[in-house]
Amino acid sequence: MKHLTIASKAIALLFSAALLVACSGSDTKEQDEAAAAAAAAAAASASAAQAAQAAQGAAVSAEMAAIEEAAASAGTVFYFEYDSANLTPEALDALNANIALLQRNNTNIRLEGHTDERGTREYNLALGEGRANSVRDYMVASGISGSRIETISFGEERPIAYGTGEANWSENRRVELKSQ
Amino acid sequence: MKRLLTALITAALVLSAASAAAQLTIEISQGADNPTAIAVVPFAWQGVGAAPEEIASIVDRDLARSGQFAPIALADMLGNPTTESEVFYRDWRSLSTEYLLIGQVSAETGLLRVDYELFDVVRQTKVLASSESGPVRDARMLAHRVADAVYEKLTGVPGAFATKLLYISVDRVPGANDHSRLTMSDSDGARPAVLLDTHEPLLTPTWSPDGKNIAYVSFETGRPAIYRQEIATGRRQQLTNFPGLNSSPAWSPDGKTMAMVLSKDGNADIYLMDLATKKLTQLTRHYAIDTEPAWMPDGQSLLFTSDRGGKPQIYRYDLSSGNTNRVTYEGTYNARARVSQDGRSVVMVHQTAGRFHIAVLDLVTNRMQILTSTELDESPSIAPNGSMVLYATKDKSRSILAAVAVDGEAKFMLPASKGDVREPAWSPYLSR
Repeated sequence: MKHLTIASKAIALLFSAALLVACSGSDTKEQDEAAAAAAAAAAASASAAQAAQAAQGAAVSAEMAAIEEAAASAGTVFYFEYDSANLTPEALDALNANIALLQRNNTNIRLEGHTDERGTREYNLALGEGRANSVRDYMVASGISGSRIETISFGEERPIAYGTGEANWSENRRVELKSQ
Repeated sequence: MKRLLTALITAALVLSAASAAAQLTIEISQGADNPTAIAVVPFAWQGVGAAPEEIASIVDRDLARSGQFAPIALADMLGNPTTESEVFYRDWRSLSTEYLLIGQVSAETGLLRVDYELFDVVRQTKVLASSESGPVRDARMLAHRVADAVYEKLTGVPGAFATKLLYISVDRVPGANDHSRLTMSDSDGARPAVLLDTHEPLLTPTWSPDGKNIAYVSFETGRPAIYRQEIATGRRQQLTNFPGLNSSPAWSPDGKTMAMVLSKDGNADIYLMDLATKKLTQLTRHYAIDTEPAWMPDGQSLLFTSDRGGKPQIYRYDLSSGNTNRVTYEGTYNARARVSQDGRSVVMVHQTAGRFHIAVLDLVTNRMQILTSTELDESPSIAPNGSMVLYATKDKSRSILAAVAVDGEAKFMLPASKGDVREPAWSPYLSR
């Protein structure tokens, strides 16, 4: 249920992002309203129209800055439970922040799946691939083109933390998003 | 001149590779109950100059490592006979010695010859007299063959000392990728030689059934791919380059087919590749992970790991019927099966109470026995005579190799002289 809530939040966020993109076009109701408002302002004062346009531009770049900031604070590493390729609520939050950004740029990305050292190496290679695929599938379902996404699994071969114990293992069970 | 220079550079590279190889050292941690007391007397050296190797001492350590023999210390021996006429049984009986091995080593035109005789001290009879010969550079191998013959005479099981090990040694490089070396050594860890040197992940070294080729997974192109490499020449061939996983190579017993794991059609499934034609056949089709194929010795079926039941367990795929049956039920995680040559014992990574151990399943009695008491044990590899299982484990924060007898009694550890070592693969019997 919590997953659903987060997903619907994500969709709402995506929708508003899409709306902002649409605003910079010329065939939406909002754009017409903005144009009408600008025209009314022009009738009163030419300098007021310039101010309105500047305000609109500032709103768009402020929104973009907010998305960039959210993505930056969410980070590009998504963590998993032991022997699982399911996206956790925390991973989904971070993922949604990144998806919002990916919706607004054309960056190609690489998803690198990793596991902790427990279990066998070959099984972990497959598990790491499952994790990278989970992230990719969610991104594609959120409208990111699959052609922009490359996946690879390193299994347990590239740990972040070398020690044993859950504190280290939890750091290593991850998918890293890397811009190409 | 240029050719000479090239030869020198090549030699220098080979030498530096050899010096960079991490040598395994052996620490016996536990022997078998009631080991056989045997005296291995230093062999007489009849050549010119210094003997190339202490043949008897290599035989002595081989037998000790098996856990089934308790060699008599050199200092306790009352005499050092090297011929039958010098053997006085009472001297050896007084030390409770059950068997006595003596011999002579000679060299002629680059060939080394080892003549040896084995005596039953209790019955006062000679039970074995034989010889081994070969190039001087194979002196250690000759010693291992003597140990093999003695082991077989006294246990009824062929020895597996004249075999090789593959393993991966890893040096951590702060702030950079690990430095991995695929290394081949004698079964006692001696004479390590680097077969591949890379800073990308390297895993699953495996032997061809004739022991002349190896295969492994290397990420050297930035993605995983399966390679085949001829040991004698170093010649390599990249066998796969599919999108996704290319992993877990396993040669069929007849050497013609390689089982492998590919995910090009969705997720990890088992495939067979005909090595002559490179034609692929998909064996498993399941949305769960199917990996780690291992052939049964008759080549009629394969074991593999699958989490189709929720957690990883061992399954068996029958090639003629295409049927899949679950093999393991005991434990929350069973993976990476390896089968003994007689097809009866399956060793695997087995998780119980959160710990990963090596366990052996007897396919006839269906009894599962946990062999190891260490933690995070992985990558079991069974000796060609089925006597010992080599595996990787952690000792403090270091990865080391360790060995345990299939009956769980004898144990020894093989830490590297430096760095981490993992993924041991015991060779098949090697032709001379």
